[in-house]
Amino acid sequence: MTALEPTTLPLDDPASDRPLRLRRVTAEDALTLGGSAIGALALDWVLYERVLPFSGVLGFWFCWYLLFLACYAAIGSLQWNRLAVRDRVVAVALTTAGLLAVALVIGQVGYTLVRGSTVVRHTSFFTHSMADTGALSPLSSGGIEHALIGTLEQITMATVLAVPLGIAAAIYLAEVGGRAARPVRTLVDAMTALPDIIAGLFILAFLVLTLGLPKSGFAAALALSVTMLPIVTRASEAVLRLVPGTLREASYALGGSQWRTVLTVVLPTARSGLTTAVVLAVARGIGETAPPLLVAGYAVGVNTNAFKGWQTSLPVYIYYEILSPEPNDHIRAFGGGFALIILVLILFTIARRLGGGAPGELSRRQRRKIARQASARGGRRA
Amino acid sequence: MPANEPTALMPPAVPEDRPRAIVSRPSTGDQIFRMILRASGWSVFVIVGLILTFLIVRAAKAFHLMGFGFLTTQNWIIYSPHHFGIAAILPLGILIAAIAMLIAVPTGISIALYISEYSPLALRKPLIAVIDLMAAIPSIIFGIWGLFFLEPRILGFDSWVGRHLGWIPVFNFRLNTSVPSNYATSTFIAGVVVSLMVIPIITSLSRQVFSQAPQGEREGAYALGATRWGMIRTVVLPFGRGGVIGACMLGMGRALGETIAVTLIVSATFKFNYHVLETGGNSIASTIANEFNSFPDAGSIGLSALMAAGLVLFGLTLIVNTLGAIVIGRSRSGQATG
Repeated sequence: MTALEPTTLPLDDPASDRPLRLRRVTAEDALTLGGSAIGALALDWVLYERVLPFSGVLGFWFCWYLLFLACYAAIGSLQWNRLAVRDRVVAVALTTAGLLAVALVIGQVGYTLVRGSTVVRHTSFFTHSMADTGALSPLSSGGIEHALIGTLEQITMATVLAVPLGIAAAIYLAEVGGRAARPVRTLVDAMTALPDIIAGLFILAFLVLTLGLPKSGFAAALALSVTMLPIVTRASEAVLRLVPGTLREASYALGGSQWRTVLTVVLPTARSGLTTAVVLAVARGIGETAPPLLVAGYAVGVNTNAFKGWQTSLPVYIYYEILSPEPNDHIRAFGGGFALIILVLILFTIARRLGGGAPGELSRRQRRKIARQASARGGRRA
Repeated sequence: MPANEPTALMPPAVPEDRPRAIVSRPSTGDQIFRMILRASGWSVFVIVGLILTFLIVRAAKAFHLMGFGFLTTQNWIIYSPHHFGIAAILPLGILIAAIAMLIAVPTGISIALYISEYSPLALRKPLIAVIDLMAAIPSIIFGIWGLFFLEPRILGFDSWVGRHLGWIPVFNFRLNTSVPSNYATSTFIAGVVVSLMVIPIITSLSRQVFSQAPQGEREGAYALGATRWGMIRTVVLPFGRGGVIGACMLGMGRALGETIAVTLIVSATFKFNYHVLETGGNSIASTIANEFNSFPDAGSIGLSALMAAGLVLFGLTLIVNTLGAIVIGRSRSGQATG
């Protein structure tokens, strides 16, 4: 293949070796962006505040953004062709959308944490219930102990109920499959967006009205498990599908039956991903308000028995405190929101720590453990 | 195919090679195992069936009393004249969902496109985590955020729209435009808050389909001289269309059924009003949350009416969600075999 030999190319020229940087921000780009932002701000001020009879902060920024895009397109069309202008305007608009998402999440979490921090400073907030607190009591009295206990009990029971069934259904979808699995997958997908209040209404109709059981924390746990089940199944199925088929085939080749393969090869391989799926479902379940609202009742004191008597959970506590007209109760609601957000964030951090890696990919700690074992074995041999 | 033809050298007596039929008979353990798995899988159908059964049984009384009027009455009087129906709360809820979708669909798709096409690689994983976190923020937090943070700040924008875009029928404002409380607790504000809860659903599902757009076709578009937006418009968006439609329908199901945030924000009304900026709104879910405590008696007509409303909501969301799930399932059927 003499024709392909690159003898004529200037290979020894070091400059041609450098990789071409594709998306470099030039001074022109930055100046165009900054210039149109400032220009739009000035124009917006003149138009919005002086010329036209508009008012309102949100409207001001809304108009600024539209003017900014227009300015950017106008300035851009002075230097680039039409296709490039359109490309850049879209890029800027999409980047704004990404920034907006981050800002919204930070804004919501931050707002709740800041508003809640005033009452959370009283440590009694976490160790007292609302049993001795009246409408006009100061912030130092009353707390969320009963709601924390209720939430933890209900979510634990709901997890115990929903996770085995959900993962078994996921194994069915991923490992058994076949034609009959398709409607199941469709219905699971549909149930992930099931209105949460329907789960509460169902348990109310079934357990409380038909079977005649009283409202309790257990009923709330049942309702929560109905909402968590499809989330567990869907997330777990996605993880199980990522387990390499070669591992399964290796197990079958060694004479393993299907159940041994699933229990000893597939599930351990996908363990970290499955844990993530479960933790995310728990994080979703812990914040559900409507199901416990309908079937758990509302108690102001501590009730550790989930099977008897009314039990308050954290979201329901926040809901009732918000409905109260007293400003102190609103601050308490934000305190409850503080605790709820912290719980969700903790669960979320756990999920991110465990998951993220592909199935079978070892975490840092696992790698260190293997390295330690290997070195210990090596040391013994020597 | 000449290679397969028996050559003259081969003795003709040898019978033709035929693949042995492979019969795999699962062991008893496997059969039991599969039965358990199948039962767990189909338990989803059992749950949906149970929900339908119990809601129908409990709603029978209200349906019996109101008959067809349940669908045409714009009121909620449980006691003696018995005048209740979903003709107001169902369309009001659909209106909230429609506003939420108008905001959430473009925003959600833009965020998904940014994450899958524009964001730097190092930022991609954190951004996905942020969207997952947004999906995990409890609806009660959205509710109190909307009530205490968003509502006071959005009133100015509302009055701006009411005064300057009032010629559009939906934005028409018939109350006194200078009283801020006339804009509060409106369908529009509820729609904005619900849209924030729908965005993560649309974003995460559409991001998944966008990132699966075939690499070869992307490079082909670039090689033909497309800009990045040109490539997205001609490769990524057509490829992801099915998934995006499905994602929007699942998001719509969520928006129709959202309870607590709507309950906290709107002040309940039982008269349909399409002027979205005016105070007052409602939905089936928030009616249930508001009214369930007024009728603790098991056999009461009030609870039965709520069950009937819940049944309508469940049927509606189940249809919307199932259609969405079918569309999504089609769009990923290619890789579901793996």
